[in-house]
Formats: sequence, structure tokens, C-alpha cells
Amino acid sequence: MSWFEKLIPSRIRTEANSKRAVPEGLWHKCPGCGAVLYRAELERNLEVCPKCNYHNRIGARRRLDLFLDDEPREEIGSDLESVDPLRFKDLKKYKDRLSQAQKLTSEKEALVVMRGQVQQVGCVAAAFEFSFMGGSMGSVVGERFVRGVDAALQDDLAMVCFSASGGARMQESLFSLLQMAKTSAALGRLRERGLPFISVMTDPTMGGVSASLAMLGDINIAEPNALIGFAGPRVIEQTVREKLPEGFQRSEFLLEHGALDQICDRRDLRERIADLVAMLTGRPRP
Amino acid sequence: MDLNFLPFEQPVAELEAKIDELRHVGDDNEINIAEEIAHLETKSRALTQQIFSALTPWQISQLSRHPQRPYFLDYVRRVFDDFQELHGDRAFADDPAIVGGLARLDGRPVMIIGHQKGRDTKEKIVRNFGMPRPEGYRKALRLMQMAERFRLPIFTFIDTPGAYPGVGAEERGQSEAIARNLQVMAGLRVPIIVTVTGEGGSGGALAIGVGDRLVMLQYSTYSVISPEGCASILWKSAEKAQLAAEAMAITSDRLYELDLVDVVVPEPLGGAHRDVDTMAAMLKKVLIECAAELDPIPLPQLLESRYEALRGYGRFKD
Repeated sequence: MSWFEKLIPSRIRTEANSKRAVPEGLWHKCPGCGAVLYRAELERNLEVCPKCNYHNRIGARRRLDLFLDDEPREEIGSDLESVDPLRFKDLKKYKDRLSQAQKLTSEKEALVVMRGQVQQVGCVAAAFEFSFMGGSMGSVVGERFVRGVDAALQDDLAMVCFSASGGARMQESLFSLLQMAKTSAALGRLRERGLPFISVMTDPTMGGVSASLAMLGDINIAEPNALIGFAGPRVIEQTVREKLPEGFQRSEFLLEHGALDQICDRRDLRERIADLVAMLTGRPRP
Repeated sequence: MDLNFLPFEQPVAELEAKIDELRHVGDDNEINIAEEIAHLETKSRALTQQIFSALTPWQISQLSRHPQRPYFLDYVRRVFDDFQELHGDRAFADDPAIVGGLARLDGRPVMIIGHQKGRDTKEKIVRNFGMPRPEGYRKALRLMQMAERFRLPIFTFIDTPGAYPGVGAEERGQSEAIARNLQVMAGLRVPIIVTVTGEGGSGGALAIGVGDRLVMLQYSTYSVISPEGCASILWKSAEKAQLAAEAMAITSDRLYELDLVDVVVPEPLGGAHRDVDTMAAMLKKVLIECAAELDPIPLPQLLESRYEALRGYGRFKD
């Protein structure tokens, strides 16, 4: 207690560290602008800060829930489960990392795929769960994605994917590397058939996911200020030994360099994508 | 320490040094010590055999990046004839980390493309240590699509630490360049035979690695990330690279067991760099055999089985 605080009579003294009695999670401090936001308002804005437009990360299921019409929805490949083909163990066993991620996210794997509709236009939509081992792509993620593509091929649907991933899953080594080829080949079939693939890159989309399915959209869209790239900024900094330019590997940087078709606010995504798909497939505006 | 030998080969290096010494003595004194030399040579061979019969994945990973390991152009000279290099991506630059061009294999015109590392410091820098930039992958794509137009089989050779992690590479779309190659190669209407000759480093390797046959030289490696990279992320210390090399199954024998590789080409005793001519001759034979296997397959069937193989990658519970 400082000398000044000692002078204050005890009845008007307040405990320095005492938290005010506010229920947990009622307020949210924006990491972008520091504004204190009412949780319900943030939710209404799809986790986008209404003051500064900061896009908070959201989970796969929430993402699909916001994107797809309420009905119909059918999950694809939900029974698929990871195995541990190499009996991989680093500081922890891969099996343990998997069950820990499952507990944390209530998901079985890092990608959720659904057949559904967006504003009454049929589509298959996939979304990465970044909280599940960094949204890393292993065998199950690759297989679910390709089953999604298969469903799109079978029913002549558009495919939409929301990426959020650190890249390939090291614990499955070459199996995960090869998911890059597998998913890209499947998207090739979609392309041959003239079915649209809309790739939405969200924060972050890196490594093996960025260098395969995410960059192969007929239309590549990103949410504002998402980190998107092949190599991570730290790796690049260590390699070139210089400070990286401001805004490097952010959506705006990629748009400027020609890698993206558009940057789109999350609150407009559903409508925009529905109309893009409608135009590409010769339908009237939904 | 002899830098031509890796740390685990030092006992052999010592013997070889002794043999060299004896040879010099022989020159000077005209004493017949041939017998002694022959004896030591036998011993050296036996020792090499012993060391190489039980290599760890980490040692193999070092061999795959041995400073004397034969690089793409060393094989081009020995395996192919009439090589004419074709440069440039027609959009931005020519990337010397990937070399490509037309050549003949056993008299037949083919397209060949490979990563190229540099031998001395100057060349290493020019070749960017075999780490391609997007223009390298786009050159490869251009050449592969040319091969498709002229119905030439494609042979690619992988030997890279990975795609270059640089500012310019990101600006010019490293991710897109790799992704595009994966997608196009999956549907190219000519046979593609892929060989890993050295270091198969991640997406930068795979970007010229989608095909109908995957061949690996015995002491080459293929993995999703370098052992050092994996160790620094998962073990929080690059020093644990040895453990990462074990855990990731990066060697040709493990990958063959896992059914991810079609052919493993044995290397001469002590590794490819100890006898490049023999290595190249063995590789040539395998490449001709692979091409002969693929030739009679009708195109739709070739494409279907390539797709089925890609579709089948991965292990999971259904």
C-alpha cells in the first residue's frame, strides 16, 4: 500500500485488485480497438467489432450456422475419426493431443462439412475449426473435404470452404502432406464439371492449407485483416533477417498483390456468396 | 574431421586417410605395400557395410543432404541424352532452383524437371539452396503443360529443403503456385514419374511431385516438414531433430511399408555420392521400367488410377 493510500480513510478506500461484480462474459474487450463491447451486441454483429471492424475468430459450427439456411442441413463425414498411423509421440502422444482437442472443441476433427442451402441455393459448405490443433489438415480433414466435393459432384452443387488453419498436421507426416494433393485433385474434378468453388480465407490460413485447397477457388475471398500465406512470418523473418513490411501477409496485402478477388466483411458474406454462386450457375438473384 | 564424411562415418574416414597416406608412402619409397593397402580397403568396406546396415532415420536425413550428394544435373548428364534446358515462367523470371527441359531417355523424347541445389557457395546462392520461388513452380507448370500438348512423358526429380520462405515469394503467390501445380498435375494427360533423389521437403517438393509412380532413392527422405522444423515446433528445440526424424517416418523403407512409395532404388555402398555412375545407371533402369509399365495403359485408365491413388491417401477410421 502506498503512502497516499494509507492517508485515505478506510471506509472510502477500495481494494486495488478487487474485480467488480460483473458476470463473466457479459462484456468483451475488443483486441482491435480496445473498446468494451456488450457481448450480445458483438454476437449480433457475428463477432465483428461494431466500432473498428475487428473480426474475431469463430468456430466451425458457428460459422456454418451463420452461413447456411436453417433447413435443410446434413453433415458429411461426421463418423470419420483420426487414427494414429505412425504412433506419433513428441512431448505428448498424438492420441492424447487428439482427445484433448476433442474435449476442448466438442468436435471430432478440425473440419466440419455440411450439405445445405444458402438463401435457397444448394451448396456444400466446409469450415475449419482452428481451435482443434490449429485447424491442421490430417487424413480426416482431407477425407471430409473430398467427401464434400464428392457430394457436390453427385448433386451438381457449389462448394464453399471457410479456411482457418496453420497448415498440415505434422503428427501424420507424409499422410498429411498428401492431403494437399488429394484435396487439390478433387477440386480439379469440380472444376472440370463447371461447378463453382468459393474459397473464403479467414484468420489464419497458412502453409499446406493455403498452398492447396484455399488458393484454388474460382473466387478467392478473404475476411479483413486475416493472416494468409505459405510460410509463417517468423520463419520468413529468420530467413531474410529483416523486419517484415507493415501489413505483410494480411488480406489487404494479398488483394493488392492479386491473390484475392475480394475482401468481404463477415456480415455480408452470406448474401455475397449466395449471389456469386447464383450468377455462376445462371440463377436469378436469391 | 574429414568434411567429406558425415560424423557417423568418421571411423571410415580415418581408415581412408590411412590408405591415402600409405599410397603416398608407396609413391615415395617404391616399397610394395599394395598388400597392406588392399587389407585396409577390405576393412574400410566392411566397416562401411557395418555402419550402413543400421542407419538411423536421422543419419539417413543427413545423407539425403550430404554436401556431395548428386544433384539433378548430375543425373541428367548420366541418365538422359540431348538435354536442352528451357528457361523462364514467361511472366516474371527464370528460377534457377528448378531446372527443366527436353531430353531423350533411351532414345525417346521426354520432359524432365527437377530441383537444383548448388555445389559451391556461389552456385548455392544462385540456386537459392534448391528452394524455389513461385516463378520456379510456374516454369515447371509451363513445361509440364507443354509436355502434355506434345504427348511427352514427364519425369520430375525432387531435392529441396522446401519452397523459399521470402517476402517476394509471398508477394508473388507461393501458395497459389504450389496449389495450382497440385491441381494441374493430377489431371495432366501424360504419364508422370516422380523420383525423390535427395531431400523431399514438404509442399515445395510435392509441387512437382504428383504423378503415376513415386520412386525414392534408398537414402532420400520425404516429409511434411524438416526434422529440425518439426522439432522446434513440437519439442520446442531444434536440437531434438533426431527424435523428430524417427517419429515422422521420413525414410524410403518406412514410406514403402506405409504404401506411399512405389519403388525404392538401392544406393551404392556408402550412399549415392560414393559412386554416382552406378547410382545413375540403376536409376535409369528403374525409370525406363516405370515408363514401360505406364505406356500401354490407356489414357482414361491412367488418369483414373492416378486420381484413385490420390483419393486414397490418408488413414482414418470410418
